[in-house]
Amino acid sequence: MIDQYLYLAVILFVIGAIGVMIRRNALVAFMSVELMLNAANLALVAFAWHHASFDGQVASFFVMVVAAAEVVVGLAIIVSIYKTRRSTSVDNANLLSQ
Amino acid sequence: MIQLEIVDPVAATGLFGYAWLMIALPALGALVLLLFGRWVEKVGPYLAVATITGSFVIAVALFLQLLAAPPESRAVAAHLYTWFSTGSWQLDVGLLVDQLSILFALLITGVGGLIHVYSLGYMAHDARKRRFFGYLNLFVAAMLTLVLADNYLVLFVGWEGVGLASYLLIGFWQHKPSAAAAAKKAFVMNRVGDLGMVLAISAMLAQFGSSAFIDVNHGAATLTGPWVTAIGLLLLLGACGKSAQVPLQAWLLDAMEGPTPVSALIHAATMVTAGVYLVVRSHAIFDLSADARLAVVIVGTVTLLAGAWIGTSKDDIKKVLAGSTMSQIGYMMLAAGIGPAGYAFAIFHLLTHGAFKANMFLGAGSVMHGMNDDVDMRRYGGLAKYLPITFWTFAMGYLAIIGFPLTSGYFSKDHIIEAAFHESALVGTLALLGAGVTAFYMTRLMLMTFGGGKRWADGVHPHESPATMTVPLIVLAALSLVAGAAMNGWIQDWLEPAAGNHPHEVELLPTPIGWLTMLVVAAGVLVGWLVFGRKQIPAVAPQGNPLAVAGRNDLFGDAINDTLVVQPVLGLSRAAVATDAKALDGFVGVITTALGGLSVGGRKVQNGYVRSYALTMVLGVLVVGAVLILGLAA
Amino acid sequence: MNVVFWICAPLMVLGGLGLILFRKAVYSALSMALTMVCLAVLYASLDAPFLFAIQIIVYTGAVLMLFLFVLMMVGVDTPDSIIETIKGQRLLSALGALGLLALMIFSVGGAITAPSAGMAGATTGAGGNVQGIAQALFGRYVWVFELTSALLITAAVGAMIMAHAQRTKPKLGQREQAQARMKAYADSGSHPGSLPNSGVFATSNSIATPALLPDGTISEHSISKTLTERGAQLDSTQLREITAEAFAKAQRVPDEEDEEL
Repeated sequence: MIDQYLYLAVILFVIGAIGVMIRRNALVAFMSVELMLNAANLALVAFAWHHASFDGQVASFFVMVVAAAEVVVGLAIIVSIYKTRRSTSVDNANLLSQ
Repeated sequence: MIQLEIVDPVAATGLFGYAWLMIALPALGALVLLLFGRWVEKVGPYLAVATITGSFVIAVALFLQLLAAPPESRAVAAHLYTWFSTGSWQLDVGLLVDQLSILFALLITGVGGLIHVYSLGYMAHDARKRRFFGYLNLFVAAMLTLVLADNYLVLFVGWEGVGLASYLLIGFWQHKPSAAAAAKKAFVMNRVGDLGMVLAISAMLAQFGSSAFIDVNHGAATLTGPWVTAIGLLLLLGACGKSAQVPLQAWLLDAMEGPTPVSALIHAATMVTAGVYLVVRSHAIFDLSADARLAVVIVGTVTLLAGAWIGTSKDDIKKVLAGSTMSQIGYMMLAAGIGPAGYAFAIFHLLTHGAFKANMFLGAGSVMHGMNDDVDMRRYGGLAKYLPITFWTFAMGYLAIIGFPLTSGYFSKDHIIEAAFHESALVGTLALLGAGVTAFYMTRLMLMTFGGGKRWADGVHPHESPATMTVPLIVLAALSLVAGAAMNGWIQDWLEPAAGNHPHEVELLPTPIGWLTMLVVAAGVLVGWLVFGRKQIPAVAPQGNPLAVAGRNDLFGDAINDTLVVQPVLGLSRAAVATDAKALDGFVGVITTALGGLSVGGRKVQNGYVRSYALTMVLGVLVVGAVLILGLAA
Repeated sequence: MNVVFWICAPLMVLGGLGLILFRKAVYSALSMALTMVCLAVLYASLDAPFLFAIQIIVYTGAVLMLFLFVLMMVGVDTPDSIIETIKGQRLLSALGALGLLALMIFSVGGAITAPSAGMAGATTGAGGNVQGIAQALFGRYVWVFELTSALLITAAVGAMIMAHAQRTKPKLGQREQAQARMKAYADSGSHPGSLPNSGVFATSNSIATPALLPDGTISEHSISKTLTERGAQLDSTQLREITAEAFAKAQRVPDEEDEEL
């Protein structure tokens, strides 16, 4: 039974969500997002094992690819912002409030 | 014992077919003078006089025709056109030329014509005199509509028209704020009376389906319950407004702001008598309701005393005459309220009063003309020498009003006092008292104006008026003397079919009541001479006893109106404004403030921080997830 | 399998908590690495060896290292501040997270009813785990695969564009640079040519040795200011002593043409 794997995935997901909401450092927030993706991956692989199908593993594979692409672009953005603002705090990008 | 003999009018033939010209001529004159006046500046006044003269000629012709006709066909109805018909109502415009209306038509066009001629002289130096004559013509047209109508609705059209003309003419000297205020006051108070008229006409339409005199006269006997009294009281309310009877009397004294010819024509001879006309014309209603008649009697009695009281304490010559008018119309209303016994006397007194009051007003105008338009009698004195024609004509009117034997006022007023005594001793005594007070204050007026030593200011040169002003005075003075004697033996029989009155015997020698009246009048004159004739009249009004103070303040009529009507209405409107501002606007304001507060609070959600948005997303996912998952589970 | 799970699971949770709670960003990154490695072990225990390898190589080895590179670039020393600037964020986050946790546990708790099948049958049927994945990847999901490759290309191009620095001033060509130098010489007298080289001495000719001017003083331009500030400049007087002593010891040999002078 894969219940425990699912519970673990849920716990990791929630931890990742908390991290996004709490941390101000852009990189740590980004890493929390990666943690959430990994938790989803774990759930996918667990279900693949449960249903005896490769589809879950293939899906997990694609999630990894997409996560990699996302990290590439996201870090490029963070570096760009850092070059102009000299800070990585996500709170600095609050111009939407005006 | 009420007998309603209703005379149905015959159709109009011959000259009666042109009865509408009587109204059309002055109306045309008014139209030309008011709309195209610039082209007729020079001849305007004469055009106005011409139209009135034309109407007078037609009126005389019709009168002669009626005199020649047999008594049962002396009511002629001329149907002009159908105004509108809706459902079961058909409202026509038509004229009724009968004994009552032809007398009024003669009075209006005759006295009106004389006043037009007088105005040629009086208003000669006024820059807007063309307009003045236009308004005068408008007034005559409206008044003729009023008296010649054959149904209450057309009568009401004329009623409103004279109200309008009165407003325009009282406020003729627009630059004077007091004149504008007086015009507004007259109009507004008339409106209250008009409300009564409208309600009465609506009641008639509801009950009879028509407001024509024929239908009302025939149908009055079929009314049940309180309708007859209700219609009677509503008509009385209308009459009070137009005739300046208590409680709607406060506007008449202020109306003296208008030029003197206006005061003479409108507020003495014709418009203010429209109320009496209305009551007499509606005799079918009043005959059937003792309560309505009692109300009329009470109104008339109270007013005749109130008017006399006011007249004793005013220093303004026109205001004394206005109080006198109010009082004399009180006599007429008293007579009309007595019922069939008094209708004819009311009309009789109305006609003679038209002559002598117009005479006195025009005389006052002549005095003012000579005294640089000063109206304060305390600055007159000893004018008999300087204004002989004015003095003698005024004296004729004075004798008529106090009821000097054989003048016209003597005949008409005596009949009323006698009828009052027949009605009830109290009413008779009050009417007699009024006669005495009338004699008193008219004597005061004569002594202050024409008698005694001169009190006028420096720079005033009293001089007699030109011929255009003195000739009408002479004509009216002659009428004041002879009109009573001429009509005395004849008017009751003449009016019987129209007014439903019961003719009395008229004797040559006065009755005991007549002797009593003469005594009271003589006493009044004596008291007046004793108080005002012996000593020099002070130039400044003395403090006066409480009665005099009350009279000087118009019996506090304005104060009463203010407390009873104006202040409550003002309070109500202020309350409405305050409610609107505070409650309604406040309520709306509360809503807007709440919305504003909500949006201020809501704005805080958009603080621009990514982490707040992440939080919002998580909470949103929570909500959606809860709905979906728990929904699926359930 | 249970044992593996109960070893890895607490480690992963600790790693996750460490990720969000450490103040220093590098510690967070390393906690994440711990989590990811344990995750790879769990993949292995779930009969997904290919993913186990990919997780270690790609995720932990590439992605996380990329994170570390950027961390080093943007400031590895400063610990983050703990003070929360947005009012109510912590409380609401805690509530939201708790709610989310409760909801998700409730929903996945009752999800599994049948016993798990295990990958054994599928693996043997496909002829091995990698083969099975390959069959699915290039069979059923080939279109998604192509799309993913397009995505990767887009991401790479996007990153390059992001990293491309924009010039704020126009680039000066050789002519413009030469003109600028001449202008500076005309305005302030600064030397238009190249700077003097470092001094050459018997015992040293490093860039830390300053050159000597004709009158014996050192030339400031011949040595980098950084070195001077740092105090790494070598003392030229000491270096000169050797040569000076050698010259002092040398005897003068008369020359045939000396007497004529």
